[in-house]
Amino acid sequence: MKQAGTVPAIELTGATKRFRTPSGALHTAVRDLDLAVAEGEFVAVVGPTGCGKSTTLTLVSGLEEPTEGEVRVAGVPVEGINAQVGFVFQQDAVFPWRTVLSNVMAGPRFRGVPANEARARARDWLGRVGLAAFEDRYPHQLSGGMRKRVALAQTFVNDPRILLMDEPFSALDVQTRALMSDQLLDLWAGTGSSVVFVTHDLDEAIALADRVVVMTAGPATVKEVFTVDLPRPRTVEAVRLEPRFVELYREIWASLGEEVRITRERGAGRAA
Amino acid sequence: MPLESAVRTPAATTRTEVRERAARNRKLTVHAARAGVLAAFLGLWELAARTGVVDPFNFSQPSRIRDQIWQWITHGTAQGSLGEQIGYTLYEALSGWVIGVVGGVLLGIALGRIRFLADVFGPYIKVLNAIPRIVLAPIFLIWFGLGPASKVASAVVLVFFPVFFNAFQGAREVDRNLVANARILGARDRQVTVQVVVPAATTWIFTSLHVSFGFALIGAIVGEYIGATKGLGLLVAAAQGTFNAAGVYAAMTILAVVALLTEGLLTFAEKRLFRWKPADSGDGR
Repeated sequence: MKQAGTVPAIELTGATKRFRTPSGALHTAVRDLDLAVAEGEFVAVVGPTGCGKSTTLTLVSGLEEPTEGEVRVAGVPVEGINAQVGFVFQQDAVFPWRTVLSNVMAGPRFRGVPANEARARARDWLGRVGLAAFEDRYPHQLSGGMRKRVALAQTFVNDPRILLMDEPFSALDVQTRALMSDQLLDLWAGTGSSVVFVTHDLDEAIALADRVVVMTAGPATVKEVFTVDLPRPRTVEAVRLEPRFVELYREIWASLGEEVRITRERGAGRAA
Repeated sequence: MPLESAVRTPAATTRTEVRERAARNRKLTVHAARAGVLAAFLGLWELAARTGVVDPFNFSQPSRIRDQIWQWITHGTAQGSLGEQIGYTLYEALSGWVIGVVGGVLLGIALGRIRFLADVFGPYIKVLNAIPRIVLAPIFLIWFGLGPASKVASAVVLVFFPVFFNAFQGAREVDRNLVANARILGARDRQVTVQVVVPAATTWIFTSLHVSFGFALIGAIVGEYIGATKGLGLLVAAAQGTFNAAGVYAAMTILAVVALLTEGLLTFAEKRLFRWKPADSGDGR
């Protein structure tokens, strides 16, 4: 964690986002949210399902604008999509009609990098995620974990200063998820970029992050922030066994569990 | 495959070999049964016509149709050689199809992407679509004369709408994640349209291409039937005018063969274009 930088990499102040639902009602997804992420910091955001964690990411990315409040990236208010931002989506978002190589080249090509250079950079990142031998395949010929690695390479090839990840590994099986988490830590370690990692998996959050932000039941706002003082470099499977990890887990779960219960009761009330 | 089976030892005892042989046999049986159905149908028709159960003057008979086709091939038709007639019809259908497809795809994607256009033009397109477009063929004949232009026009109006609606739907239903991902990766609006929306909509568009080529042929034939100087539709009209039932059937047979061949070409093109799709999900995504 490098707190030296004076301006936070990401700063949300009083950010609120309301949507008009199809039925015409106004739905508040995020309410009065304050959050700052330092340069090079890895922040995990946990909260009950459907509380508005993903909306927070879309606000930072510039895909959506806040209804009220302000979102700043590197001190500059977000207006439209920021070229320094990378986003890994929950669902598959690689282009199914492009080969693996072409998918990873997409970002640089969109940004006007010549084909030769884009290809070289894409090959480099494909090598780092261990997919060098698969560059001619189409996404449907790969496993879920491999597709996710393509998505990581596709994002990292743009050298983002800010990495937003929206439950990126939630669709994977448990073993693949652990491998992917380690790989993510490896890839991230060299870049010095700031990460906001949304997840509903507390294990994953603690294993990866410098700080864990607990969100309230929707509309989302920050409930509590915990600092994860586990040493880096970490490997997911090993860090899980440390006593400090268990301690942190218990502490954070005490806070998160309450919100999860509230969400569940609301759901039950709605169903009844 | 034949090479492989030649190398094999004669005693096909392993399970895979037995299964393979069963699959091969099944395929053969299906093909044989298909040929059998056709032969039975044609045979019964011929027999019924010869014994007088059906009147060959009204219903014709396979042998006469064959003779008619053969005569057209060897001696040409009243309007010129058979190849020329097929060429005319194909030319009209193809031009109408290409114009209709290009127009339909461009407009469909434009309206699918630009909400304002969709809101303005939506109702008009619905009204136009509600008109039974085949009745426009006589009007086109008045506007564009007896030449190919009037047939091309009726093919265009038949082709345009299904292609338009599919392209529109395809552009509307592009996976939002893909669009969001492209924008984050740095794509500008035009790049999103050309590199994400268009490829994502091709599945939808191709579905309509199969149907619409049939429509293009119908447009051309109906146009020719109403009034023309060349073409298969004229052949049908002429045969009907001289009470030549065999001529009508013969022209229909030729049309069917032409339609099947073009359909085959289209399927081939589709297979090349959709290599990125999983093999067995024709309806997927």
